[in-house]
Amino acid sequence: MAETPVLTRAEENAAQIDALVNEKYRYGFVTDIDSDFAPKGLNEDIVRFISAKKNEPEWLLEWRLKAFRFWLSLGEDEPGWANLRYPKIDYQDAYYYAAPKQAAGPKSLDEVDPELLKTYEKLGIPLAERAALAGVAVDAVFDSVSVATTFKDKLAAMGIIFCSISEAVREHPELVRRYLGSVVPYGDNFFATLNSAVFTDGSFVYVPKGTRCPMELSTYFRINAAKTGQFERTLIIADEGSYVSYLEGCTAPMRDENQLHAAVVELVALDDAEIKYSTVQNWYPGDADGKGGIYNFVTKRGACRGRNSKISWTQVETGSAITWKYPSCILQGDNSVGEFYSIAVTNNFQQADTGTKMIHIGKNTSSRIISKGISAGRSSATYRGLVRIQAGAEGARNHTQCDSLLIGAKCAAHTVPYIESRNPSARVEHEATTSKISEDQLFYCRSRGIAQEDAVALIVNGFCREVLQALPMEFAVEAQKLVGVSLEGSVG
Amino acid sequence: MLEIRNLHAKVDGREILQGLDLVINAGEMHAIMGPNGSGKSTLSYVLAGRDGYEVTAGSVLFEGHDLLALKPEERARAGIFLAFQYPVEVPGVPSATFLKTAVNAVRKARGEKEYDAFEFLKLMKAKRDALGMSEDMLKRPLNVGFSGGEKKRNEVLQMALLEPRFMVLDETDSGLDVDALRVVAAGINALRRADRAMLVITHYQRLLDHVRPDVVHILSKGRIVRSGGPELALELEAKGFAGVMPGAAA
Repeated sequence: MAETPVLTRAEENAAQIDALVNEKYRYGFVTDIDSDFAPKGLNEDIVRFISAKKNEPEWLLEWRLKAFRFWLSLGEDEPGWANLRYPKIDYQDAYYYAAPKQAAGPKSLDEVDPELLKTYEKLGIPLAERAALAGVAVDAVFDSVSVATTFKDKLAAMGIIFCSISEAVREHPELVRRYLGSVVPYGDNFFATLNSAVFTDGSFVYVPKGTRCPMELSTYFRINAAKTGQFERTLIIADEGSYVSYLEGCTAPMRDENQLHAAVVELVALDDAEIKYSTVQNWYPGDADGKGGIYNFVTKRGACRGRNSKISWTQVETGSAITWKYPSCILQGDNSVGEFYSIAVTNNFQQADTGTKMIHIGKNTSSRIISKGISAGRSSATYRGLVRIQAGAEGARNHTQCDSLLIGAKCAAHTVPYIESRNPSARVEHEATTSKISEDQLFYCRSRGIAQEDAVALIVNGFCREVLQALPMEFAVEAQKLVGVSLEGSVG
Repeated sequence: MLEIRNLHAKVDGREILQGLDLVINAGEMHAIMGPNGSGKSTLSYVLAGRDGYEVTAGSVLFEGHDLLALKPEERARAGIFLAFQYPVEVPGVPSATFLKTAVNAVRKARGEKEYDAFEFLKLMKAKRDALGMSEDMLKRPLNVGFSGGEKKRNEVLQMALLEPRFMVLDETDSGLDVDALRVVAAGINALRRADRAMLVITHYQRLLDHVRPDVVHILSKGRIVRSGGPELALELEAKGFAGVMPGAAA
């Protein structure tokens, strides 16, 4: 005789949570386009291949080769300290260069393959300047290459350089040579070293002295080709007294395989300069069973080299199967300021180990860290942070606030803060909380007519409000929606 | 308007409501009084549809429709409102944002136009002035750090904005000083209308000095054991619960 299963309330909730975590990923399509590939695998010839494809000068090839040889010496020994679990990555089973076949370096948008333009339109990033989001210039990176950069000429008229890093290597070699690897040296860590050897494209920004960049600069990264890693390199230099706000967005098709994304971002702020760097990371996170998704191993670091300089990182991390990322600030100039505002949302089987490092070297340097982790499903989120006050950093100050929100009973949140102070005048504060969305809160919202999912989004957005407010206004609304969508169905 | 028949309900496996009958017509205000554990709050949660409050027998009809078949949010949209005894804190969500989200969710479900920010602020200002609430209070996260009086005012403000048809006020007088009680009671009275009904749950007569119910019920062990006019509340105040139970010595 068939028995009717009787579920306890907890089991029922758990079952509903399971059933509802299958939120569709909206950017999972593949663009059908002919691409040039490097032969599969990784060796010195591939490094030479990439460098030759880009007509790079000898010094850059030498730098890549040094990095590659160093990487080989690491013996495929990835850093093991992060709170992440994944099968060993086979570095020979991937393509390190994939570029859509088109006339090399299109001069104008008219020369860009219409398939590519359509792709970006579908992603909500129209590249035609008349249709573009007002006040935002875009560099579109597709697999291994930049396919278009908008508003370049208008910016150039002010002396602002905004182009792909490949173009910068050709057109502004002195700037690239001076700053490339100056914040993240090629031997910095396993993934940064790999990137230094095989990076293919990325964005380059230079804002001249005393110039305030009048529009948001942004790069939109898209992985399209299968079995391909994306290794982009971004370099932003804000000269004395300048200001720039930069935003990056990322998406990828839905695939059962894991794809590697190992980027390096270097920021340099000279005297009185300010860089605001915002990320909305929405790489494909894998399906509800944890199959597929991007492995996102990224090194981002900013150097506040000048007095009174400021670097502010804001990130909204909702995608990727694995996120390994610690946007950091080296506060070298006196009175320099570093900020890190982060929202990391993990659902299903996603894992995130993310945080920041604030290295106080100069006098009266200050840093502020606000991290909001939201975990649902069976996911795991770790905040890992380091605040280091060097002996010479008289009067340094740091405030860290680190909050975790749990949804459901199968997820995990961890906080791993390191504080090292070698100066007795420093003031370092750390606050941390962990909470759950309570049934009381949900019922209260619902009893006012708000649907369950909207109630979750409302509560979560309230939880991350301080960080959302740090985003450029144009993107705050988008990010707020994204946080809601990423958690759709996370509560029964 | 509301018709409760032979209602039985369990919480954590214990039967709390044990055959409750109650009929409330449009335009009426009823009060339910009863000792701790008699099932007052359970009744309010069953009506609002809280998870974990399992109806094992009986029915509740709201304007002829089966209320128990609806989710909590659907009940709210249909016109049921529960003023909480302990309003819940929601950190980071400004009260005004919460109110606008709720009002627009309800309006949308009722086929009415959603308010834009300007329309809503104007409406909210009129309603909050009447309750003596400051603009600043509505910028603060919902109920976080609110005093008892502020929380209850906020409940009445929500009630005024959502324009429900049937309101349950669960111990709205608890935690209020005399002045706050007067303001809250005035807010409740302002919402009385011929096409609305209210159920006031309270321990004490003191709220009923300010809002005058048409009918007073005594709840005991999950059933209504006695009903009467407003004078029943006064009798209760004088004699205590034991003194007003049926069969008690006169």
